[in-house]
Amino acid sequence: MKKMICIVCPKGCEMQVDVNDGISVVTGNACIRGKEFAINEILHPMRTFQSTVKTIFPELPMIPIKTDDVVPKEYLFQIIEEIAGIEIKDKLKCGDIIIQNILGTSVNIVSTVDMYLYF
Amino acid sequence: MEQFDIVIIGSGPAGLAAALEIEQSGLKQIIIERENRAGGILKQCIHDGFGLHRFKKRLTGPEYAELFLKRVIEKKIPIYKNTFVTEIIEMENKSYRLTLVNSEKSLFEIEAKALILANGCRERTAKQVFIQGTRPAGVYTAGTAQYFTNILGYLPCKKCVILGSGDIGLIMARRLTLEGAKVVGVYEVKDTPSGLSRNIAQCLDDFDIPLYLSKTVTKIHGDKRVEAVTVQKVDLNLNQIPGTEEIIACDGLILSVGLVPENELAKSLGVELDTHTKGPMVNQSLMTSKEGIFSCGNALHVHDLVDFVSESAEIAAKGGIRFVQNKGEEELIHVEFDEKSFLYIVPQKINLLDIEENIHFYFRSKKVLKNVSVVIRTGDTIIFKKFYHNMKPPEMETISVNLKNVLQNKEICFELKEGVST
Repeated sequence: MKKMICIVCPKGCEMQVDVNDGISVVTGNACIRGKEFAINEILHPMRTFQSTVKTIFPELPMIPIKTDDVVPKEYLFQIIEEIAGIEIKDKLKCGDIIIQNILGTSVNIVSTVDMYLYF
Repeated sequence: MEQFDIVIIGSGPAGLAAALEIEQSGLKQIIIERENRAGGILKQCIHDGFGLHRFKKRLTGPEYAELFLKRVIEKKIPIYKNTFVTEIIEMENKSYRLTLVNSEKSLFEIEAKALILANGCRERTAKQVFIQGTRPAGVYTAGTAQYFTNILGYLPCKKCVILGSGDIGLIMARRLTLEGAKVVGVYEVKDTPSGLSRNIAQCLDDFDIPLYLSKTVTKIHGDKRVEAVTVQKVDLNLNQIPGTEEIIACDGLILSVGLVPENELAKSLGVELDTHTKGPMVNQSLMTSKEGIFSCGNALHVHDLVDFVSESAEIAAKGGIRFVQNKGEEELIHVEFDEKSFLYIVPQKINLLDIEENIHFYFRSKKVLKNVSVVIRTGDTIIFKKFYHNMKPPEMETISVNLKNVLQNKEICFELKEGVST
């Protein structure tokens, strides 16, 4: 039995997962997304990731970035190492890829800002 | 002097949503923004989880702001950036004269028939929570630490204590940890966390950051830079318990001890304020006690979700449009509520002459409650009832009710009943 708080939405359901003969039974979830999250959390916890990277533009010295999908939770610190040396030299739009297939996850690091709006 | 129908103060999520609503009416408007970029606090809220209600997507703060900002730019809605409002005066003809200042035009005035205050909230500071000791560098509100980290790219500290379990403090605990700082712990004076449960889970538990309840910071040590803080246990009445002091070495203290609506402008206009929300008293159109002045978003009351900030801005904008087009009459009644059960209810007043449409109520419970029903009563008649499995002060609740033809004796009262109310 494992207790957890659902992080899918702000409701924060208190859920419980019981594994019987390899079958997970989720209780306490208010929706199907909670159930999916709970089962993943037992098998392989996944998280979204957001941070910032440097740019060469003094008007906007840092821009926000994210992974365009969830990544394994244990990769978060490795990803922050991977993006540490990046310096953005071009003006990016929201969703433009900065690193493709980060750490072989098939997830990309993308910009979350349209830099053209700020110049 | 340029004349506008509606002037919006602030270009955060509230101001931008209000502007898009007003744009559809064709009224002449302008947004005033003190910073050089629109978007308000969302610019620095780089984490995701915004827009789940409104867009059914997990957006980051900048992405959420951009959805609105792009449309504001497309529609060519004017924004005065880098511009401060220094004074607002009510004129004899019931319009408002604003004195503005920016580097381009210096001091100048504009006039408006209606104002929408969408200027957000402020963080409470160390001074407001009475921490003793010196005032070295390294004491930051969570929002300031977030600005340093996410906008400027500076790490504000290497090893810190976070006081207060508000959401921004929790978000910053994760952010600073990912950026290489050590977060020794989050200390909360109350016996329940103030932030959302999901943020406790994904920002603290995921990174093994301890949360200490009923413990607070009572002293800051250090001359030029924070060197340590004293933390101490408190009893249920929040009094410090002698002999429980503990000194924790750190180079930063981050405060996440609450947000207060920014209402300097509202106060200067003589707008009546609510002691519960610390924001203006409003009717269901979110018009304040001053005719033609509307309030929305975090300036009205502090929200936990931006989706409802945008929603309230649209309600205020619709109210503003109706006011400019056809000044309605008011017959106000107070929304009564049980102060033992509720922290606050917005709107605080109902204009009985304007109850054709559903009214959106926003409220918070005073403490953590399980299996309760919210009951709206008029006279002896219950006109609305909703059951909640869980109710927590950090989680704002919202209900929408039609009050047309149901209000008896011009009375409306919110109550909380334990269990499934009959």
